[in-house]
Amino acid sequence: MAVTIAKERWTNRVAEVVLGVEPKVVKIGGEGTLPFLHFEGEMPNRPAVALEVWDMEPTTWPEILTKHYAGVLGDPAAWAKKCVEYGADLVCLTLASAHPDNKNSSPEECAQVAKTVAEAVDVPLIVLGCGVEEKDAQVLEKVAEALSGRNCLLGLATQENYRTITAACMVYGHNVIASTPLDINLEKQLNILITEMNMAPNRIVIDPSVAALGYGIEYAYSIIERTRIGALTGDKMMAMPVICILGPEVWKQKEAKSTTEEAPDWGDQERRAILWETVSAVALAQAGGSLFVLRHPESLRQFKAHIEKLMQPNVY
Amino acid sequence: MGLTGLEIFKQLPKTNCKDCGHPTCLAFAMAMAAGKASLDQCPHVSEAAKEALGAASAPPMALVKIGTGEKELQLGNETVLFRHDKRFENPTGIAITVSDAASEEEIAARVAQINKLSFERVGQIHHVNLVAVVNDSGSADKFATAAKVAAANTQYPLILVTDDAAAMEKALEAVGNQKPLLCGASAGNYEAMTALAKKYDAPLVVRGADLNELAELVEKVVAQGHKKLILDSGAREVHRVLADQTQLRRQALKRFRPFGYPTITFVTGEDPVQAVLDAAVYICKYAGIVVLPSADPADILPLITLRLNIYTDPQKPIAVEPKVYEIGTPGPNAPVFVTTNFSLTYFCVAGDVEASRVPSYIIAVDTDGLSVLTAWAAGKLTSEKIADMLKNTGIADKVSHRKVIIPGGVAVLSGKLAELSGWEVLVGPRESSAIPSFLKQRWSA
Repeated sequence: MAVTIAKERWTNRVAEVVLGVEPKVVKIGGEGTLPFLHFEGEMPNRPAVALEVWDMEPTTWPEILTKHYAGVLGDPAAWAKKCVEYGADLVCLTLASAHPDNKNSSPEECAQVAKTVAEAVDVPLIVLGCGVEEKDAQVLEKVAEALSGRNCLLGLATQENYRTITAACMVYGHNVIASTPLDINLEKQLNILITEMNMAPNRIVIDPSVAALGYGIEYAYSIIERTRIGALTGDKMMAMPVICILGPEVWKQKEAKSTTEEAPDWGDQERRAILWETVSAVALAQAGGSLFVLRHPESLRQFKAHIEKLMQPNVY
Repeated sequence: MGLTGLEIFKQLPKTNCKDCGHPTCLAFAMAMAAGKASLDQCPHVSEAAKEALGAASAPPMALVKIGTGEKELQLGNETVLFRHDKRFENPTGIAITVSDAASEEEIAARVAQINKLSFERVGQIHHVNLVAVVNDSGSADKFATAAKVAAANTQYPLILVTDDAAAMEKALEAVGNQKPLLCGASAGNYEAMTALAKKYDAPLVVRGADLNELAELVEKVVAQGHKKLILDSGAREVHRVLADQTQLRRQALKRFRPFGYPTITFVTGEDPVQAVLDAAVYICKYAGIVVLPSADPADILPLITLRLNIYTDPQKPIAVEPKVYEIGTPGPNAPVFVTTNFSLTYFCVAGDVEASRVPSYIIAVDTDGLSVLTAWAAGKLTSEKIADMLKNTGIADKVSHRKVIIPGGVAVLSGKLAELSGWEVLVGPRESSAIPSFLKQRWSA
């Protein structure tokens, strides 16, 4: 009995965002269907994966994570090289030292670090501020200037600080992460506000504020899924690729931090933590995430191997 | 996804006799499509039409039960493609394999390990659901013994995995009264397998080499008189399984009858981490059952958690119990935080308090599962409620200080709360992620 394959006829696709400069550009987005349904439409780019680098030595990362970056945690450029060695498609530099609670580094100091890291590796760079909106605007303005022409991805631009950050991205040739707190209406509104500044839609990446497995991932899952369906059915203000910054969310949870001795019923800590990070990424890839920021090199390797399998054709 | 008024209209006598109380047959059909009238109101409808319309108004996916008693597993009854459209109904059953090639002691030990895969989360116990006994040995006797040993050592229902009808029969003689899932029928053995499933009134997996063969086989099995079915498209590689699972769900919702049953998926392959990741895809994408070879809690805890998250009803915010929670082992000088009992809010606060490494108390106020600002706007997070919790939860006996930290978003409550409770009110950060630095800078008992 011949089964008539059910295919949706989508009218639009996700914008394709190009990051970095030749020969190492990374393209994300461009999907003309739901994730990995190659029988229905095109998925020209596989989801890309970045590893995190900090501009100061993190104090709260567990040993199962820091041991893989032994000797480079105090040297962002060496750390970034290590990430590339591990197979990261991009490096995500977090300027944690700019936070008033940390070193309160100046925008100039941050820009200098960003430049050093950019010169150390040839993969595209994501640069995140410290999360204090006002400070991030000042920091990212200087970073954008220092990285002029490198076509980086800068964020997080929020409702409070998007003007400065978007303007800096436009002047110095970068892309912007539009970040909103788990709300699809605010998400769309911020995309509209940023495009009204004449930023091209294919230079915007959506950060819906993801959560880790067990800590509200279902909210992110459904917002990303709805964003993708919105994009495919013609809403241009939702048709931007989605970034899932999972590393910071996963590695603060007890499932990643508790040692094997502290939680004997949960199995080996490193295996469990890697799976906590990777299963989070796998689920959000099924929802429609196009760019992932992870921390553990084995998470990166396993997630990329998984994506590789899903990128094989499944046409009927 | 019911029928349209026009589709129903085609089946009606079209006499406009008004006996049903509607002015025309078309009006009656439209009322039925809207769920405001039922077919039995028409005294003249033909038997053929009754059958056609009756079948079409049945749910798109059958409900299938496996096992008996407390741990009976229900699958199916799904109605949507995306959880945000309504909700996913019956969570994916997680099955762990046991090989019949192992000794009886090994089988008992393995089953004991499977029984331990049970975890507490949000105040509830979440566990695996099935033990899949696999006929690796090729021997019918060994298979029957393994099934018997497994059944004797667990309360979970069994899946009996063999293509050999003789082995299946032997195993069913031992455990058939517990209504295991027979896995299963394929092109070569479906007649014998279906007969066994009917005899024991047990659910049956139907496996096709592809979707076309699967549809064909399901029709043959149904024609033989068995309808408690679970579908296996035969695909084992993750990219193909994803496509097939999507098709099976879409077809079921389009009321393509042969596919109106829950599904089963198997993870295979050498790399155990990749196996877990494949299983994660199947939990997100429609699998009724996922069968895994791993009984390692490090592998299963993430999957059980993912299942809990994906199958949460999006229209019902999950709430944690309103009470005082302890993070770490807080002493008399530990900080006291106030937040709402919306689970996401509570977990954010709990996670960030934990990250601060300062043992603390968190009071989750009952806001009917609303977040801080929503609860405040709805009048469900009030100074009175917080003062009441400070007074009646015994927190005052647990700490020697009288300082309470409230969310930055509701700083406006602080004056009245101080007045009502007599506690000093500290206004915490707006975002829970700033709690560690807040404690560093502002906290001293």
